[in-house]
Amino acid sequence: MGEKNLKNAGMKNIRKKNKTTALFLGALLIVAVVLELFISPTSSLAMLLTVLKKSSIYALVAVSMNLLNGFTGLFSLGQAGFMLLGAYTYAIFTIPAAERSSVYMYYDSAVNLSFPEVLETSLGGFGMVLGVLIALVLAGLAAAGIAYLIGLPVLRLKSDYLAIATLGFAEIIRAIFQWGKLGPVTNGSNPLKSYVRLKAFELNFGNLTISLSTFVLILLAMLCIGMIVLLVNSSYGRAFKAIREDEIAAEAMGINLYRHKQLAFCISSFFAGVGGAMLAMFANTVQANNFKAVMTYEILLIVVLGGIGSISGSCIAAVLFIFASEWWLRGLDSGTFLGINAPLIFRNGFRLVIFSLIIMAVVLFFRKGIMGDKELPYHIARLKERIKARHSTRKAKAGEQNG
Amino acid sequence: MAETVLRLDDITMQFGGVVAVDNLSLEVKKGEIVALIGPNGAGKTTAFNCITGVYEPTNGRVTLNDEIIAENYPKGKMKALYKGENNGRYAKSVYFTPDAITKRGIARTFQNIRLFKALTVFENVLIAKHMRAKQNVFSATFRLNAKEEKRMQKEAMQLLEAQNLAHLKEAIASSLPYGLQRRLEIARALATEPSLLLLDEPAAGMNPQETQELTAFIRRIREEYRLTIFMIEHHMDLVMKISERIYVIDFGKLISQGTAGEVQNDQRVIDAYLGVADDAEN
Ligand SMILES: Nc1ncnc2c1ncn2[C@@H]1O[C@H](COP(=O)(O)OP(=O)(O)OP(=O)(O)O)[C@@H](O)[C@H]1O
Ligand SMILES: [Mg+2]
Repeated sequence: MGEKNLKNAGMKNIRKKNKTTALFLGALLIVAVVLELFISPTSSLAMLLTVLKKSSIYALVAVSMNLLNGFTGLFSLGQAGFMLLGAYTYAIFTIPAAERSSVYMYYDSAVNLSFPEVLETSLGGFGMVLGVLIALVLAGLAAAGIAYLIGLPVLRLKSDYLAIATLGFAEIIRAIFQWGKLGPVTNGSNPLKSYVRLKAFELNFGNLTISLSTFVLILLAMLCIGMIVLLVNSSYGRAFKAIREDEIAAEAMGINLYRHKQLAFCISSFFAGVGGAMLAMFANTVQANNFKAVMTYEILLIVVLGGIGSISGSCIAAVLFIFASEWWLRGLDSGTFLGINAPLIFRNGFRLVIFSLIIMAVVLFFRKGIMGDKELPYHIARLKERIKARHSTRKAKAGEQNG
Repeated sequence: MAETVLRLDDITMQFGGVVAVDNLSLEVKKGEIVALIGPNGAGKTTAFNCITGVYEPTNGRVTLNDEIIAENYPKGKMKALYKGENNGRYAKSVYFTPDAITKRGIARTFQNIRLFKALTVFENVLIAKHMRAKQNVFSATFRLNAKEEKRMQKEAMQLLEAQNLAHLKEAIASSLPYGLQRRLEIARALATEPSLLLLDEPAAGMNPQETQELTAFIRRIREEYRLTIFMIEHHMDLVMKISERIYVIDFGKLISQGTAGEVQNDQRVIDAYLGVADDAEN
């Protein structure tokens, strides 16, 4: 009986899944807003906010990867490359005219259009936000466009080739963006900076400054993840899952493999591009050299830890991963951890050792990731079921004793 | 005289040096139930795969309702390797991917059931409704297709109800007993709204009672969905009972054709099955 209820509770309503993911992200947002507005920044609070921002970016990129790996059954390793494309596109189209010459020190800037700047002069603050949004969408489109070109030959082949092709692409694109001949656009191997960053999202009311910068990123990530959740639960999402389950059967049911794979690949890359742009907003500078394969592996690790095919899993794993690597375990590198001061043990590199051990332990204990391929509501329902079962057996026992 | 729905002309499928289907010609007419039988490895499944676009035949032509859906002649490496007949009769190359064939109205089931295993019974059928929907990614994602989505869900549900699977709606497909998995696979094929249904050994692994039920089931869906049915089957009971005409192949070649009675008494068929009489029984 428990089995059956459990099944029903877990899968009854697709909408429920959306709701819980939204709730989870919403809670994150509210925490951020409250912290931002009502508590004056102390160093650890500032840290918390920074880490929260970065987690939301990684959550988005991990979910976008999961759309491909977990839901469509395609294995892509190009995430860092698509993020790079997004980050550069965003930066290039938001550097204000006045800053161009100082950013492009060794080249003549070829692109002299800053959407936020142009729109701000005509529409004010709203124009600035609109400009940023346009640049973000462009970042996504740039990544999706390149993905389309890669998919054109590769997605007609067997699925395995995609991993190799995207890995190669990510390496090549990094080299291309540092190539001197493209300097007028990419600034060669020099970083791009002075573009519109999160700092810009500050509202000034006389003396009072309300900084929206924290939750702009979280809000954006929520929006994008929300869209992916909607897609996954739509007819197209079902078609993707069909391809994951059995390509031959999917094709026999009238699903065009190439078209649907291409679709999933482009959408996934679009959001990786947006994630890259968000990373640019988060950081001070954009430099091709930062988008190495290691970044893709980190994201892959998040997807695997959270559970391949679980969106809420990717979100939770992203938060845990970034919090652990960027904050909680920092002390392991700098002498003092959990109040223990042992500079001889806790020194540079020790954090990575511990971190790897933790990840290995997690993978060993949760073979299919924290969430498996189920979403949060399923696990909550299961937990409730278990508590109820325990309750009723206890009651039954009590009844036995009484009677 | 009923019109021809499916027509195979001189279909040959050669894998390297192996001729799996050898110069096979046959016809299936509207509303008929036709069976394709033959010993193990005779090339029956391969013939199905040539019709549904899984394979590109080496030579010959497949026609569906007067439209050529596959045509080919030995070319490239096959030019020298070709061991079949009628080389030179066909000069065109026509090929559609399986999804395009399904769109033209041929649905199929597989010899070794191919359900979307980890998905629910309902999702399995619903996915087959995707092909004929008018939505696009954008409208589907942002739920602008609510009406269509509702219709798809309703139709999928109706199919499940008609196949007595409605109560298992939320069950995971792979958790179903074998007989029900077969039935679900047929329901899923019906969801693509076919005019011609290809069944590859629908009674494989079923006990006599299940086979009995299946016979009635196939008859029923033919009436209800106005189908033409072309099936591969080993269960002679089933074949003899429900098919109007039978084609028999051995080593890829057509060796006999006719009604159940005619085929049963054909010496060539008896010879072909003698060595493998056991297979014919189960
Ligand atoms: N892709 C392939 N490559 C090479 N040989 C193949 C391929 N597919 C089928 N064959 C060969 O073609 C022959 C016919 O196989 P097929 O599966 O069509 O037989 P069948 O009549 O369906 O048999 P069964 O009753 O066992 O299902 C076999 O000898 C098989 O080995
Ligand atoms: Mg077969």
